[in-house]
Amino acid sequence: MKTVMEGSHAVAEAVKLARVQVISAYPITPQTHIVERLSEYCADGSLDAKFLRVESEHSAMAALIGASSTGVRTFTATSSQGLALMHELLHWASGARLPIVMAEVNRAMAPGWNIWTDQTDSLSQRDTGWIQIYCEDGQEALDRTLQAFRLAESVNLPAMVILDAFFLSHTYEPVDIPDQAKVDEFLPPYEPKFLLDPGNPCAFNQLAPPDVYMEMRFSIQTAMQSAIGVLEEIQNDFSEIFERSYGSIEPVECDDADIILVTSGTVTSTCKEVIEKLRSAGEKVGLLKISLFRPFPGEAVRKVLSRTRKVAVVDRNCSFGSGGIFAQEIRSALCNVPDHPLVYGYVAGLGGRDITPELLEDIYWQTKNTDFPELDSFWMGIREVKDGIICSGS
Amino acid sequence: MELSVPDREFMYSGHVACPGCGAAIAMRFVLKALGEKIIMVIPACCWSIIAGPYPMSTLRVPVLHTAFETGGSVASGIKAALEVRGDHETTVVTWAGDGGTFDIGFQALSGAVERNEDFIYICYDNEAYMNTGIQRSSSTPYGAWTTTTPGQDWKKMRKKNIVEALVAHRIRYAATANIAFPEDLINKVKKAKNMKGSRFIHIFSTCPTGWRVPSEMSIKIARMAVQTNIFPLYEVENGVEYTINYRPKGYLVKEYFKLQGRFSHLTEEDLDQIQEMVEEDWKLLLRKAGVFSGS
Ligand SMILES: Cc1ncc(C[n+]2csc(CCOP(=O)(O)OP(=O)(O)O)c2C)c(N)n1
Ligand SMILES: [Mg+2]
Repeated sequence: MKTVMEGSHAVAEAVKLARVQVISAYPITPQTHIVERLSEYCADGSLDAKFLRVESEHSAMAALIGASSTGVRTFTATSSQGLALMHELLHWASGARLPIVMAEVNRAMAPGWNIWTDQTDSLSQRDTGWIQIYCEDGQEALDRTLQAFRLAESVNLPAMVILDAFFLSHTYEPVDIPDQAKVDEFLPPYEPKFLLDPGNPCAFNQLAPPDVYMEMRFSIQTAMQSAIGVLEEIQNDFSEIFERSYGSIEPVECDDADIILVTSGTVTSTCKEVIEKLRSAGEKVGLLKISLFRPFPGEAVRKVLSRTRKVAVVDRNCSFGSGGIFAQEIRSALCNVPDHPLVYGYVAGLGGRDITPELLEDIYWQTKNTDFPELDSFWMGIREVKDGIICSGS
Repeated sequence: MELSVPDREFMYSGHVACPGCGAAIAMRFVLKALGEKIIMVIPACCWSIIAGPYPMSTLRVPVLHTAFETGGSVASGIKAALEVRGDHETTVVTWAGDGGTFDIGFQALSGAVERNEDFIYICYDNEAYMNTGIQRSSSTPYGAWTTTTPGQDWKKMRKKNIVEALVAHRIRYAATANIAFPEDLINKVKKAKNMKGSRFIHIFSTCPTGWRVPSEMSIKIARMAVQTNIFPLYEVENGVEYTINYRPKGYLVKEYFKLQGRFSHLTEEDLDQIQEMVEEDWKLLLRKAGVFSGS
């Protein structure tokens, strides 16, 4: 049944359908609608879960670490400052191999205060051992949340389902809410591989000296890498049951393209229109949407991109001193391919600034008309600022 | 008097505490009192090491080692999960040091107690960050040397009163205990186990290494902390009902201070001043307990 709803509420529906058992969360714009809706479901009994209203995001994640270690399915949601506050515990969750699922609504990091979309918050957590899946629309947010539980529980790693602030979290769209019976078929009850149990007393997460620590980390890396294949199987199951299909990446018109734009999140929808327009004007352009960022689907990305001449990566994020983060990943996936395409990085739309069709077209033309890319990402639409901070040496 | 210390043991030999470690003694008594059906949360502290490296554990109960500041929050999650799983019997117990309790974990503890989470929080207090090499905490007493309060910079602030801070939350049960008074300690742990809601036990635990005392003095020094009124034994129910469990015999605090290297720099005047501070604190406690004829 299709219902018009916010992206936030699509996530809440998925969490309810997943029969999550313990939720713990703390309010922050623009994530709050997710947990408000879940609070209502817990209060009216339509979701039989314990909801812990803790005093910080740090405690929200810590509480889920406790709950997940005790063998139940868990969920939380946050954004920017809240995610940053959780940082230490993000490592803890993956190191303890707990399949916690979190919705992360991309919001710019302060200062200055900015509640609008920007991926730097979640991408700053790329090395924490969390699976990261970026969503394009409300339907994908719902579907990916369901998939995230199955994926996380299959490989025993935590997973983040990531939504653009407002453009996705607060935008109303028709979303198909699947039947509970079908979801139950897709996502059986959580069966923990280990748990805290007075009947079988074990110690978890204790001192791990150099002779064991490295193997523990290697097993995380192995599990992460295996998640690419596992997600493929899950996506196959998913499309059989729900008749909607997803990949870790989604190529559009890439087969004969000379230039391929790479996007993630809601920009993808805008870019699809731009591709159509440019194609009808005779331009050989394609689009590659990246959904799975961790683990990075390097093989699949190589297959699509190595045939083209130029790649233009749109990054709504920045690693200061290096550049766009997706561009870095694409470059490192391609650098060992002989005669690999040139990779152009573009930083755009930070702090919620609009990424318009015109801006994406500009990116296309600039890529086409520039023989060689700069090492740094190019910042799109930067206005000239007088009287900026004068730094020594300048 | 007949001792009411149970024979059962939940601590294996082979732990790696220093000789005379009060925290090891405290753990042994606490586990005896708690029995089998518990899950223990240990945030970063000396006990993260004492319990032994992977794949060994000196404790015969399930243990979740966690981040330093998460004693209150991780326990809340475990309790929620147990409830969801239909286990209403297992007691969740957090075991944390003074740093993890008074300082970095205070927010999570305060939050858990405000929500009246159904768990027991035990703080073994060795009055500094010992795991990392004797740095001051807000539990370090006035007058003490630590590696971050060296020389003439010895600590000039009072010890934070953690029990009173939690009593202000109207916590279901808060009590002080001491490794030199095992029956009292065990009775309090048992009493706490039979209650619901948030319960806090503050155990005075000598650290011979950090306090610069011989290990064989561990119990004697802990006993003197009570006898001198530096660490009174008392309990508070529901934030209002005070019971003082031990009436001091009037020992002077300097007897306690003079045994410990961490106080060796203090002058007679300093000690007199500390004597006054201790008396002031004791009178305040008596007032709260509704006893006005205090010594
Ligand atoms: C966030 C964080 N900061 C610092 C540390 C380092 N650290 C580990 S244990 C500890 C001191 C613990 O002190 P306390 O809680 O009093 O326990 P004790 O070591 O005295 O038993 C510190 C500072 C840490 N593990 N985590
Ligand atoms: Mg300590």
